[in-house]
Amino acid sequence: MLDLSKYQSIGAALKDAVEVFAGEVCLIEADRDRENHRLTYRQFRDQAMPVARALQDKGFDAAGRAAIIMTNQSKWLIAAYAIFYSGGVLVPLDYKLTADEQWQLLKHSNASVLITEYPIWRQLSGAPGRAEATALQTVIVTEAPPNPDLAGALRWESVNSAVDSGNGAAPEFRARTRKDTATIVYSSGTGGRPKGCMMTHENYLEQCVALTSLYPFAPGMRYLSILPTNHAIDFMVGFFGPFICGAAVVHLRTLRPEYVREAFPKYKITYVSLVPLVLKNLQKGLQTRFDALEPGKRKAFNALVALNKMLTKSRPRLGLSRRLLKQVHEAFGGELRAIIVGGAFTEPQTLQFFYDLGIPVANGYGLTEAGTAITVNDLKPFRADTVGKPLPGMEVRILNPDAQGIGEVSVRSKTVMSGYLNESELSAEAIVDGWLMTGDLGRFDATGHLQLFGRKKNMIVTEEGKNIYPEDVESVFESLPVKEFCVFAANYVWPARTMVGEHLVLVLHLEPGQTLTNELLQEITARNHRLLNYKRIRGLVVVDEDFPRTASMKIKRNALAERLSKLDRSHAVVEV
Amino acid sequence: MRTVEQTTQEVLDLAARHFQVAQGSLAPDDDFFKKLGINSLQALELLSRLENHFGIELPDYEVQGVSDFRTLAARIQSRL
Repeated sequence: MLDLSKYQSIGAALKDAVEVFAGEVCLIEADRDRENHRLTYRQFRDQAMPVARALQDKGFDAAGRAAIIMTNQSKWLIAAYAIFYSGGVLVPLDYKLTADEQWQLLKHSNASVLITEYPIWRQLSGAPGRAEATALQTVIVTEAPPNPDLAGALRWESVNSAVDSGNGAAPEFRARTRKDTATIVYSSGTGGRPKGCMMTHENYLEQCVALTSLYPFAPGMRYLSILPTNHAIDFMVGFFGPFICGAAVVHLRTLRPEYVREAFPKYKITYVSLVPLVLKNLQKGLQTRFDALEPGKRKAFNALVALNKMLTKSRPRLGLSRRLLKQVHEAFGGELRAIIVGGAFTEPQTLQFFYDLGIPVANGYGLTEAGTAITVNDLKPFRADTVGKPLPGMEVRILNPDAQGIGEVSVRSKTVMSGYLNESELSAEAIVDGWLMTGDLGRFDATGHLQLFGRKKNMIVTEEGKNIYPEDVESVFESLPVKEFCVFAANYVWPARTMVGEHLVLVLHLEPGQTLTNELLQEITARNHRLLNYKRIRGLVVVDEDFPRTASMKIKRNALAERLSKLDRSHAVVEV
Repeated sequence: MRTVEQTTQEVLDLAARHFQVAQGSLAPDDDFFKKLGINSLQALELLSRLENHFGIELPDYEVQGVSDFRTLAARIQSRL
């Protein structure tokens, strides 16, 4: 592993990594049962340099902003390398957003370059947002068919010849400092005020040191990249972390469960990151197979699981578990060290299921604003009921603890973002005297493990790791024929000591004399169904008082929530 | 060779069978995530089933962002 204390930027560290580990396998990309390619670090660099050259020839400045909207694949990392090499700021955007949402964020980020895949560009170029993203000058598309209309974009494969490559000189490496912005990562706000977290080079360098101290990478290890790479976790453990250690990243162009399952034994995967939804799906599949065992085999299997559980009580013993539960481990390739789970809270029962099989699950807690992870389970011993201990370098404190010691989790660390792009007010609310207010409620147990109990903030997180803010779904109910309405996270109004099963409620104040008719209910249901299923409201609350408002007529959400909290939740909320 | 209308109808029928909803209850312009209330994993299951039915390969990235049956059928049609 490179000594990251010696580096000022992601670009400088990556530049050295491709030299130091030149002959090691760096990327493997597969499509179903076919391997597309396998690149060493040297070959990776050779593919990235022309992209950097092309960006610079197109006038991409140091500190210029370049967005990537791609599915998980080699070119994502090649493009990111070229951007950092050129001293640029990377804006990783979620490929699962709609074209309108992507344009909104492209505009907000002021990106001058976009690197994307042809099918995504086809949708983007057909959407109306382009005219407003005035800073965007260069678009490079991958996977374009032979003769498409590229709507002004450049083809990735011909990027060398499509631009003025000057005298063919190598691109210039542009140094950055630790305090410079490295990325702008959107944590939310596609329907409201976009929250673009400005992450510095220092944030990543420090986080990487902390994470690899617990979960180290080395040449020969292989990380299977499934979580979108724009996600803070995959960016760290599916790109920067393995690269500065000389490990390999495996990309699958098809993320269907059958091919993901095959990838584990085929590529001898060491680590993988999953969201709770996928982990639970995996658990369900395994449980079905265990339940199908004939009684005798089932009994023997249960006995082995019980023995493994006993022998790994104080710490994981991978070698032992792999021998005891050979078939299970062989299905995962036999070299899996841990499943990293993140993006949302994972139920302890699911974590325990895997640990009992001898597969540690590195569960933790974090948020984009804090530079990925704040706490991670150190497995000494494994604690399914907590989200682990603070990572090295993280100061974590509980603000205003109640009688049970539960209060708001706040964090101070070199990994905390510098602020939200163009949102000084929001930034000042989020970071107070150097402490990041997470909005999550927790407490430390006697052994220093953090336990989470709910949220103080008005939002929900789904099992797919999606952060949903009420403000972002309200637009679908605009002009609803009622006096006024507002959306809340139910647990924000009626605090609940849970991090799972969260949902949104729509609060309605009807016009005088108006009643909640079937027609109105149908209208609400129809509008609700315009939202993706995980964004939908699950309940209705009807109130008969005017919403409290500011002088500028904005709803005072906190005051309204306080008023609602006096209602009995079980009676006030009507399920929809 | 199927027409795009035939392909669309087959996609609708197969989706209805796969997710056990009434035949005829799905329309070409329906958003399948919203109409069926499915998540991304379930959508991938449907894609695998469609590939087997039509005997084609449909890369995930090719259907990225596609959420209605009509566009999905058009992508399939272009690979038949």
